[in-house]
Amino acid sequence: MAKSVEDLPYIPLMSESSAVNKTGVWRVIKPIVDQEECNQCYICWKFCPDVAIHIDEEGSILIDYDHCKGCGICEAVCPKKCIEMVKEE
Amino acid sequence: MPMDVMTGNSAQAYGAKLARAEVVAAYPITPQTTVVEKLADLVASGEMKAQFIKVESEHSAMAACIAASATGARAYTATAAHGLALMHEMLIWAAGSRLPIVMGNINRAMAPPWSVWADYQDSIAERDTGWMQFYCQSSQEVLDTVIQAYKVAENHDVLIPAMVMEDAFYLSHTFEPVDVPPQKDVDDFLPPYDPPVKLDVDNPVGLCALVPPDHYMEFRFKIAKAMEDSRKVIQEVDEEWEKKFGRSHGGLVERYRMEDADAAIIAAGTMSSTARVAIDNMRDKGKKVGLARLRVFRPFPYEEIRQIAKEVDSIGVLDRSYTFGHGGAFYTETAGALYQAPERPHVKNYVIGIGGRDIPPKDIEGILEKVLTKEDGGEVEWFGLRTSGSREVN
Amino acid sequence: MGKLTIPQEELMNSGHIGCLGCGGTLAMRYLLKALGKRTMITIPACCIAIMSGIYPRNFLKVPLLDVAFETTAASASGIRAALDAKGIDDVYVVGFGGDGGTADIGIQALSGTAERGDNIIYVMYDNEAYMNTGIQRSGATPFGAWTTTTPVGTTGDFKKRPKKNMVEIMVAHDIPYAATASVAYPEDFVKKVMKAKDMDGTKFFHVFSPCPTGWRYSPEMTIQIGVLAFQTTVFPMYEVENGVYRVTKKPAKRKPVADYLKLQGRFKHLDDETIKIIQKNVDRNWEMLLAKAEFTKKFAE
Repeated sequence: MAKSVEDLPYIPLMSESSAVNKTGVWRVIKPIVDQEECNQCYICWKFCPDVAIHIDEEGSILIDYDHCKGCGICEAVCPKKCIEMVKEE
Repeated sequence: MPMDVMTGNSAQAYGAKLARAEVVAAYPITPQTTVVEKLADLVASGEMKAQFIKVESEHSAMAACIAASATGARAYTATAAHGLALMHEMLIWAAGSRLPIVMGNINRAMAPPWSVWADYQDSIAERDTGWMQFYCQSSQEVLDTVIQAYKVAENHDVLIPAMVMEDAFYLSHTFEPVDVPPQKDVDDFLPPYDPPVKLDVDNPVGLCALVPPDHYMEFRFKIAKAMEDSRKVIQEVDEEWEKKFGRSHGGLVERYRMEDADAAIIAAGTMSSTARVAIDNMRDKGKKVGLARLRVFRPFPYEEIRQIAKEVDSIGVLDRSYTFGHGGAFYTETAGALYQAPERPHVKNYVIGIGGRDIPPKDIEGILEKVLTKEDGGEVEWFGLRTSGSREVN
Repeated sequence: MGKLTIPQEELMNSGHIGCLGCGGTLAMRYLLKALGKRTMITIPACCIAIMSGIYPRNFLKVPLLDVAFETTAASASGIRAALDAKGIDDVYVVGFGGDGGTADIGIQALSGTAERGDNIIYVMYDNEAYMNTGIQRSGATPFGAWTTTTPVGTTGDFKKRPKKNMVEIMVAHDIPYAATASVAYPEDFVKKVMKAKDMDGTKFFHVFSPCPTGWRYSPEMTIQIGVLAFQTTVFPMYEVENGVYRVTKKPAKRKPVADYLKLQGRFKHLDDETIKIIQKNVDRNWEMLLAKAEFTKKFAE
């Protein structure tokens, strides 16, 4: 929503996390983690350029589909081959 | 009152010191060099508590000042001519970032032809960058204006940077008596810099965002408004200065013998002092002439100019620079302001003193004679231009 | 549950608008993991400058100053001076520029900062061309590469000069620390940053940051390309501490450069002869690096 001149601050501050950008909509292929096979080495977490792989309380890998762009790096670096890129529906 | 004797350049440096500038980033260029040398001495001796970044260019000087100011430090630099031109991009950046940096600019001609002498082409070329521009006529005014400029620039209704100009050599290297106010009094006048926003790890924000067309216009309007609002603040700060230190520099426009004047000249910088002598001489002969000195060119004092237009029948505008294409900037802006005025006197432009050409009182008297008679010789005259038909006068 | 090999804290936000498989954003992510949140960053015009998207979004959780293209280092110097003036001495100041902003238009300001020895960390994330403006050649574009301003055409007008060696240029400034790193080896990068961050003076990192969009490869291959750059020694891993060279990671067996080149569309026009020239140059540079490490060893403190 465009704001009026009166409602804008004196300079354009970057004050809101880019996480509001739902970059997941860019995705054409999506990573699916086989949690049975995953040995939680976190190499996929380490190499995700979109900060879209999280580690949950149990230590499992969690893909943030709101932000994952589907680049496929996680599948490429997974030593266990337990991440598969599948076509978005 | 005990007086020091100092050059305009020393006055710049002492102004920055008294203002407690915390970061200085500067690069040497004639005729500004003695400003940075003096600052280096003041910092080295511990008299001035500041970080002095000896940058490798004026472009970096302004970049460093911008970053320092964005981090909440009071920043100062000084330059001249080509140094100012090299900064051009960063001048726009400083104003767009709304950072109250103060900079001394020693007005010097632009090359080629190569020249180190007084001329306003350098700062006039930067009139659209969003900086306030003060043109000084004495070392005292330089020192006072550096301090005043911080107070104006840091006002939260303003928050735009300011240039404090002085003429190359005529002021930069000429010794004059200067009253250096006590630090304590300056501290009372100028509180520490307290920006609304700064880089801070405890409150992290990003500065200089990418703004698409739906908001860019609004942010630019805010700069325009800040420049408009600065008029009042400049006036108030000069009045407050006068109350505290006993001298005013005229706010935006300083008037001299304008009472009952038939004709006036508009001028800036050191030629104004010469003009006073010329005007006194003319007044002695019964000729009713006066001076309106442009102390501030940005924001342009259009209301003050319109007031003068009400009082006189003829105005001569003296420009120590020329805008290739049409007229000197002081003239075109004066004429532009007068178009909307109810009274429009005769106005003519005299381009004079280019590249440091001397301006003796008799030249200004000659111009005043022409202004009085509304002599019709076209809109713009290069006064004193040597032509094959001209008489060698000097 | 495995052990994390780099710090877990994320100081870069998701939702940034980098291309799929962007190497440059990884460089930023790792750097901030190494430095922590008491860090201030200047970013010039480059891909990373637009990562936040439009106002008022921010892709970082640390103070960020977007600056003019050629002013990254001078701006970092300005921040440091302001912090010094305020007596704040527990904040890292970083200049984070691309290869064009560093090796080309920003090299003068960087040289000034390094010569003065200003206490900042400079990171050049190298994607080997002006990627933000659309893949124009920079001083860091390698020999043989296609870009939109070295378009090959029918006359073979690909880039004919090697990339500028920024680490060497920085070493010549007598700074305490300069190093290469790669987004394919985050542990190595983080370790180097941790080692250098508290050294007094200017610290320089040249970070290899593969770019799928500009290098013409499929986005999932970013790490693989980085690994091959290391294994072929196209981009070797080393550090220079007070003039002393040390190769921080050596490939067990060097692979032929063709393995690296053939995966990227930007090199697809290269014939065998040209690849031989590239191989020869890579061999020579690698040998020279080893020799420098050997020669300077005796100057280690």
